[in-house]
Amino acid sequence: MRVAGKGLIDRDRRISFRFDGRSYSGFKGDTVASALLANGVTLMGRSFKYHRPRGVLTAGSEEPNALITTGRGAGQEPNVRATMQEIWEGLETRSQNAWPTLDFDLMAVNDLAAPFLGAGFYYKTFMWPKAFWEAIYEPVIRKAAGLGALSGESNADNYERAYAFCDLLVIGAGPAGLMAALTAARGGADVILADEDSLMGGRLNAESGAVGHQPGAIWAAETVAELAGMDNVRLMPRTTVTGAYDGGMFGALERVNQHTARRGGGAPLETFWRIAAKRSVLAAGAIERPIAFQNNDRPGVMTAGAVRAYLNRWGVSPGRKVAVFGNNDDAHRTARDLAAAGVHVAGLIDSRPDAEVEGAEFPVFKGAQVCNAAGRKELEAVTLRTATGEEAIQADCLAVSGGWNPTVNLTCHLSGRPTWREDIQAFVPTEGAVPGMDVAGACNGAFSTHACFEAGIVAGRAALSALGRKSVDVKMPKAEDAPYRVQALWAVAGKGRAWLDFQNDVSVKDIKQAAVENFKSVEHMKRYTTQGMATDQGKNSNVAALAILADATGRGIPETGTTTFRPPYTSVAIAAMGAGAQGAGFAPQRFTTSHKQSVEMGAPMIEAGLWYRPSYFPRAGESTWRQSCDREVGHVRQAVGVCDVSTLGKIDIQGPDAAKLLDFAYTNMFSTLKVGRVRYGLMLREDGTVMDDGTTARLREQHFVMTTTTAAAGNVMRHLEFVTQSLHPEWQVAFTSVTEQWAQFAVAGPKSRDLLNEILGKPIDSEGWPFMACGEVEVAGVPGRLFRISFSGEHAYEVAVPARYGASLFKLLEERARAMGGGAYGMEALNVLRIEKGFITHAEIEGRATAFDVGMGRMISAKKDCIGKTMAARPGLVEETRPQLVGLKAVEHMKVITAGGHLYEVGAEAKNGNALGHVSSVCFSPDVGGYIGLGFVRNGPARHGDVIRLVDGLRGLETEVEICHPVFLDPEGGRVRG
Amino acid sequence: MRIDCPICGERERREFYYRGEAVALDRPAPDAGEEAWEHYLHLRENPAGERRELWHHDGGCGAWLVVTRHTTTHVIAEVELARDMKGGAA
Amino acid sequence: MAELRPMAPAAELLPLEIGDAKAEEINPGHLTSLTAIGDGMGKALEKAHGMAWPAPNRAAGKEGARCLWFGLREVLLIGPAPNKTLGRHGAVVDQSDAWCAVTLEGAAAEDVLARLVPVDLRVAHFKRGHTVRSQVYHMNASITRVGQEKFMILVFRSMATTLVHDLKQAMAAVASRG
Repeated sequence: MRVAGKGLIDRDRRISFRFDGRSYSGFKGDTVASALLANGVTLMGRSFKYHRPRGVLTAGSEEPNALITTGRGAGQEPNVRATMQEIWEGLETRSQNAWPTLDFDLMAVNDLAAPFLGAGFYYKTFMWPKAFWEAIYEPVIRKAAGLGALSGESNADNYERAYAFCDLLVIGAGPAGLMAALTAARGGADVILADEDSLMGGRLNAESGAVGHQPGAIWAAETVAELAGMDNVRLMPRTTVTGAYDGGMFGALERVNQHTARRGGGAPLETFWRIAAKRSVLAAGAIERPIAFQNNDRPGVMTAGAVRAYLNRWGVSPGRKVAVFGNNDDAHRTARDLAAAGVHVAGLIDSRPDAEVEGAEFPVFKGAQVCNAAGRKELEAVTLRTATGEEAIQADCLAVSGGWNPTVNLTCHLSGRPTWREDIQAFVPTEGAVPGMDVAGACNGAFSTHACFEAGIVAGRAALSALGRKSVDVKMPKAEDAPYRVQALWAVAGKGRAWLDFQNDVSVKDIKQAAVENFKSVEHMKRYTTQGMATDQGKNSNVAALAILADATGRGIPETGTTTFRPPYTSVAIAAMGAGAQGAGFAPQRFTTSHKQSVEMGAPMIEAGLWYRPSYFPRAGESTWRQSCDREVGHVRQAVGVCDVSTLGKIDIQGPDAAKLLDFAYTNMFSTLKVGRVRYGLMLREDGTVMDDGTTARLREQHFVMTTTTAAAGNVMRHLEFVTQSLHPEWQVAFTSVTEQWAQFAVAGPKSRDLLNEILGKPIDSEGWPFMACGEVEVAGVPGRLFRISFSGEHAYEVAVPARYGASLFKLLEERARAMGGGAYGMEALNVLRIEKGFITHAEIEGRATAFDVGMGRMISAKKDCIGKTMAARPGLVEETRPQLVGLKAVEHMKVITAGGHLYEVGAEAKNGNALGHVSSVCFSPDVGGYIGLGFVRNGPARHGDVIRLVDGLRGLETEVEICHPVFLDPEGGRVRG
Repeated sequence: MRIDCPICGERERREFYYRGEAVALDRPAPDAGEEAWEHYLHLRENPAGERRELWHHDGGCGAWLVVTRHTTTHVIAEVELARDMKGGAA
Repeated sequence: MAELRPMAPAAELLPLEIGDAKAEEINPGHLTSLTAIGDGMGKALEKAHGMAWPAPNRAAGKEGARCLWFGLREVLLIGPAPNKTLGRHGAVVDQSDAWCAVTLEGAAAEDVLARLVPVDLRVAHFKRGHTVRSQVYHMNASITRVGQEKFMILVFRSMATTLVHDLKQAMAAVASRG
């Protein structure tokens, strides 16, 4: 219930929201948890395994119990911590993991079966019979498992990614973080201060203590305001730094609109920040740990610090009669704050017999322990065990403090291991665990406000010094400096189940069981019991669990060690991490200049790397792609076809050593190529396999233009950079990618020259422009380039103009071709044309094939060295028994053959070891009048005419094929010279 | 991870392409023999410690870099231009 | 005789104005890649075009005639047609049609680019006359500050659609923060 006069909420701004279908009211500044508590709702969820009723345990991001689902339909978000979710008008929330309702959950029957469901239950039980696993056990377990559920719909929310840079990243805006940020900012450093809370100030907002002459929360607000007014400071509230990465990189998740109704219209729900920081200060505070005792998970049992936070920050008392149980002085504050606010304190129970409690207005039990809790859906009473026996105290809320664990998580992200400090019974960060990071305040084991301020100033100055900036004087405000005295108490002895990991329902008994069964390593224990493996990663239970493991195995805590903390610190939606990469953001789309017209002509586009290319251009009356493809092949063979080939890589190579580079990169000679001529080249990797192929034109003595395949353009460019920068930096050569500068079109077919002569400034003829000639031309008034090359086996050219004219030239060429009985052709026809001629693509040179394999062994010039030459000569790479390029023809007329099928001798079993090779490319050839293909067959060139068997296991196809020469059409090459 | 490119300055890892150990700089002569080529192409030390690697600043200036990186801590001790390394032992 | 009509890379996609940022395609004139071979190119550039060979991450000149550092040994001359003398000292390659040139202007321009570019482009660190080769999300790009609140972005011509898509998303997200 609300406590009058307390809290930092705005009582003038009422907000209504829904939880499990009922409407509740809260105030601006409330979280779902604080507002529900204010409304007297303590039951907020059901546990994962036993479906035990659970209430809120904490007031922060470590919350294991109060997980809710927000929103509906596509916008539904599961496993949201009620302690972090701010309320907004119209917010809809639901409890999880309960059926039919939170109040009456049938699955709670698991709790009765608990004796059978302990650690290792699944491993032991669902072993046999083996066949039951997939059919019965797994589906049943899956149905029962899991907390919240996804909607199954496509996520409609927008997420964003962004970069930020700073001199200093301060993580956490509590007393230490604020002071570190203030010190560094006054010293002129460029500071980012990030805090996961909506309100900066950390514990200053949750405690009643004064800073100077004013409440701590006011000091915090004023300090935040000062920082906000500085140009060199960026405040990032609602931003959780989720990971520390190499080189001063941090990941951070900002909940941009999770606290508003705003969805859609480009507004991001969350932003995933990548922050590059020269220095960092971790001031992430500490997390209070509960003490395990029987039924310590009853709704109403909370951490003591959370009870103070609800009281002081949100003006809510989580109970009417509150008992406090602790093993340290810090717990006493809870009782004092409650009493001062007029809440009935049923008793302060301190496990230390020598605890000092001053001027208490409530019953104090020293040397006593709470050993049981009564009540099921809400706490009714707690049982005390004292030296004289047991007694019950009526209470509807128990505030528990087992001490504080510094939030060391981020210091472990780069493999650092924390150090055990006996005096505070906790792990602290090990110095230097993250390069460039200082650790300050409670996360370093300094718990008083004074100590936090001091550590903040020290860290701020250390950052200034490391950044080469002058130190500054910062006045230290007066604040409490109470000693933190703690005596270890992890679990109260006794029967029944005492809970450690609330989210995964791991009890003290489970940890002991793991030790008994020899899962003594902390990493084994974790996996055997699932301790710390839920969404909260055991933030408030791991240390207690390993203390119990240490005890059970007779070792100390430092020797037992901790499990590793990995990013992210709190859950990050995949949608946030991959923000921007949905839909068209997945990869850049590269469009040719003819793209728009191709689409308008109805061409389906296919992706070739990042490029989009037309498959075929359907015409009226054509109902299948084959009809269009066959027609387009016919255009090229009988008239003229036009195809956009701009996607091929084009590299401009110039300089005195340009020819030398080409001789070294290609297997064959280019230094002998005449100006005005083009040559086909084959490029190897250093291991002797083929990297790429293409033509290179010599425009001038020291000026070449190389073409690469579309797929390998980037690789080839990088390869040439490597050769010239790393292997031969002394060569005087420059190269520039000109792929984008030129729009280039293949004009192929017997009428290709006729077409070109309609648009070229000067007509061309056979003598001036023989096969493999190249040069500069005027194309419809624009300076361009012409190459007489062919990938179809026909008399063909490629004509290039500056890309701004590409769309216009394609339109012109297509119109003219059409008028001559031809037209545009797409990738399907291009593929048929090249298979009929036995030309290879990356279907053949797929990273395993050598020059020898594709029948180009003799292209490796004996006169010079080249990349891959030495290794290509290895005996194993030139053996006759290697699968080598052949043509394949279906034996039966019109029988389909498929690419990817494997080849066997007729009669041989289709199994591993028997394969002769495989089929790499196939097509229906209108010219041959049947299916043909290219493939690789052991000793293939010597076996032309043999019939072998094709087995395509994937498509269930089996047929006979005849091995033949890979050139199906015009083997003499008369057409291309025509 | 960030790499301090000698040309561009410190940049995020995503701008770089990774190639592997800087052994690739020391291309053997064509007649160096099988062992030398085998070592050049296939054998790597893979140390848990510092090692010299080739990175390409693909999304930046286009320089090939020799990066001395500790393989367990990812701490980068040195970044040099490959073109300055000619003949240097990897 | 048929005539060819020129078409700008983002002609049908821009301008675009969302919130405090405006993206416009510009026609920068000639784009010429200059790659030096030997030592003479810098002097030739200065003599012919009055601009010193820019150091890495720097741009010379002003609107109408600029020279951007463009990579290892490479600069991009923007505006004038390259003087013939340059060709004696290295590669002079016409790239006028290879790049889509867009300006992004406005109070939100820095924030928009912070969504896309992994480099600190805040004015304190990236002043007028500074340029970088980096990436706009997945695309290799050249980014230059050409004004207090104005950047010039170059990406490959074929990626103009993606540039506009990415800018639009970032502009909308930044604008939504108000």
